[in-house]
Amino acid sequence: MSIDIAQFYQVFFEEAAEHLATMESLLLGLDVNDPSLDDLNAIFRSAHSIKGGSGTFGFNDMTEVTHILENLLDRLRKQELQLTDEMVNVFLEAGDVIRMQLDAHRGEASVDQAEVVAVCEKLAHLTAASGNAALQKTAAAPTISPLPSPVLEESADYGFFDDEPAKPETDDYGFFGDEPAQQADEGYGFFADAPVAASPSAAKVQDGAGFGFFDDEPTVESYVAAVQELIVPDKDPGFGLFVDEPTQLPTTPQQAQQESQQGYGFFQKIALKQEAPSQTADKPAAEMVHNRRSTDRQPAAVAETSIRVNVEKVDHLINLVGELVITQAMLAQAAQGMDAPISEKLQEGLHQLERNTRDLQEVIMSVRMLPISFVFSRFPRVVRDLASKLGKQVELKTLGEGTELDKGLIEKIADPLTHLVRNSLDHGIESPEKRLAAGKPEKGTITLKASHQGGNIVIEVSDDGGGLNRKKILSKARERGLPVRDDMSDQEVWMLIFEAGFSTADVVSDVSGRGVGMDVVKRNIAAMGGRVEIESAEGMGTRISIRLPLTLAILDGLSVAVGEQTYIIPLGYIIESLLMAENDLRTVSGEGRLVHVRGEYLPLVVLHDLFSLPHENVRESSIVVIVEADGKKVALLVDELNGQHQVVIKSLESNFRKLPGISGATIMGDGKVALILDVAAIALTPTQQNRLA
Amino acid sequence: MDGLKRELLHGLVSVGLSGEEKMAIENGNGVSGVSNNEFLTFILGKEEYGIDILKVQEIRGYDAVTSIANMPEFIKGVINLRGIIVPIVDLRIKFKLSQVTYDPFTVVIILNLGARVVGVVVDSVSDVLTLSTDQIRAAPEMSAALDTRYIMGLGTVDERMLILVDIEKLMGSREMALVDEVA
Repeated sequence: MSIDIAQFYQVFFEEAAEHLATMESLLLGLDVNDPSLDDLNAIFRSAHSIKGGSGTFGFNDMTEVTHILENLLDRLRKQELQLTDEMVNVFLEAGDVIRMQLDAHRGEASVDQAEVVAVCEKLAHLTAASGNAALQKTAAAPTISPLPSPVLEESADYGFFDDEPAKPETDDYGFFGDEPAQQADEGYGFFADAPVAASPSAAKVQDGAGFGFFDDEPTVESYVAAVQELIVPDKDPGFGLFVDEPTQLPTTPQQAQQESQQGYGFFQKIALKQEAPSQTADKPAAEMVHNRRSTDRQPAAVAETSIRVNVEKVDHLINLVGELVITQAMLAQAAQGMDAPISEKLQEGLHQLERNTRDLQEVIMSVRMLPISFVFSRFPRVVRDLASKLGKQVELKTLGEGTELDKGLIEKIADPLTHLVRNSLDHGIESPEKRLAAGKPEKGTITLKASHQGGNIVIEVSDDGGGLNRKKILSKARERGLPVRDDMSDQEVWMLIFEAGFSTADVVSDVSGRGVGMDVVKRNIAAMGGRVEIESAEGMGTRISIRLPLTLAILDGLSVAVGEQTYIIPLGYIIESLLMAENDLRTVSGEGRLVHVRGEYLPLVVLHDLFSLPHENVRESSIVVIVEADGKKVALLVDELNGQHQVVIKSLESNFRKLPGISGATIMGDGKVALILDVAAIALTPTQQNRLA
Repeated sequence: MDGLKRELLHGLVSVGLSGEEKMAIENGNGVSGVSNNEFLTFILGKEEYGIDILKVQEIRGYDAVTSIANMPEFIKGVINLRGIIVPIVDLRIKFKLSQVTYDPFTVVIILNLGARVVGVVVDSVSDVLTLSTDQIRAAPEMSAALDTRYIMGLGTVDERMLILVDIEKLMGSREMALVDEVA
């Protein structure tokens, strides 16, 4: 039996990440003065699952950190220690370290060993502070030294029996609590039917088999050698026992029990109790992984309610359904021209088809949707850390966490949102003293709110802080030489903070104030096809709203006719469309054409020229669409405005190549391809309009 | 290979090839330097060309092409092929061979070239032929709109001469301007 354990790495990575997230959210939710035992148990279980998994896959650095973490957690949940704020902080840090290690194993980052050591030391220190010197020793150096007896007692009921505190101690030591006479055998736990289970060497062979690591019946020697290989560099506590103290095995059954549990960590409690132990030993690693998965779900009997599916498959489905909708529309159109008596039945069927395809489309689109809580869940931590750093008191409220949006957007929105939240915390919320002086509660509030509005999703970051200071922004803008006037509307003034390098912070901190970021936020959101709006009242607070399309795959666009072609202009870039009046068209040196719009002269881009389409001379009553990208405004000359559509974005590059001035393509209702204008590129190169190619 | 053939069959059936031709596709097995010695032949002007049939995905009519600015004349634009965007090349223009008209009988061969799907416009599709190795001759050096690099050989069937084109190489070439130029 040869199993390539690497094939399960991905499952482990995903699950470990989930466990870390669970742990963090639970930690943040803990009431330090009166922690709920359930929560502590849940945190412990998460840590334990990570440890079990990392042990299985040989990620010993992770096993080490989780082991120390687990020690402390275990004492907490047994109420031997009192939870403190400091502990929660260290736990969070430990979580970060484990995440870092996880990323490193994924090959996405490198591990900062100093940080690992620091966290381990902190954890050890906390454990030591509790007055148990022995535990400190194990915690500080999770090596293979023999564990003194108090520790044994400590760790004896380490495993999976959290929910059975009422049972006698012996029960906690193994699966065969009703046979206390076999104490010595219990060290080998699940392999009770092995005839020589009491002998340490046999136990090793069995363990090897159960582990799924060492495929073909390893000899004692080879196994020991393998274990040594594993542990010597890594000092893995899980296996250490078998190497250093093989002869002691029978005398320390509890320890053996504990260690093997830690090493394997994934056996489902109930399954183990009920299944014949020999079966367990034969289980392939796949099943073990599966079992491990179930251990942390309560109750264990509940079947899996979700599956992991490759996003590509979902996208393919979405494509196919899109086609189905177009085909259905075509059929419906064809049936229209038929005689009523003949077509009645057909029409009926087509109506049914229409309804079904629409339902199908909705359902399939919803597959890609995730609740925004995936993003929001990270903010309690961000706010907590930052608030304590800045000496501010801040409460974070989240509303509408269940609002769903596209997976792709979820990933992309996280960074801009983090930036906005940090900004609110740093610049928005005042210090407690200032707040009291202003007659506000000491504790500031930052609210994250997500909701659907029409075809959009709106995410708001609001604070009850000082609000934006109009004068300050205007004077800063003048300093930076930005074109500002005193009579600008508030909205326009607020938008200035999105200019590159703009900051009104008096002091540059490591949190914010460098003026790097807000422009990036705006650019990122624009790239997602979204818009940002700011509302602010001095002394009352600021609200920043991000308006996004529901999915990345769909774009709100204005379809315009240029010659015989249809182009889509993304709505996010459009400021207005207007009919050019007489005298609005000006020229510079007889060539460059400008449009005079409300005091501004905007370069006119004749889309016909840009796309080499035949056209008559520019008339003075032509329609222009004013677009803005990266602060540059241009007027696009079009023939007709066809209307606003939500279009599905298709890639041109997959079969063809990137085209100048075009960001993608879409399929219109009639099945024809329409090209989506790359407004940013067009706006930035109006002077080279004929040289785009 | 089977799946591809089935798909192919489906495509051919939809343009109504005869049963004999379908048989020819089913019985195909590769010999010689070509991956397969079955060729789909098509007419450009008065010349007959052949391409490896395994590269052909389907055959369809010329319809609803969205033109693209600033492209060589032979790139007609893009079409929507069941949800994917596919560029269309008019080989008649590229090879400067025949009068170019677009009517309901204009034929587009959809090629599946590895990761890419491309459509080519030809005058008409004629046959699916199996050529034995001794029916294929190397092409002599000559100067034509079609570079000899892209000619796999010349096939002889009765009195007809088939120009066997390495369509994948041709479509991927720089002069076709179908792919992004790598700097």
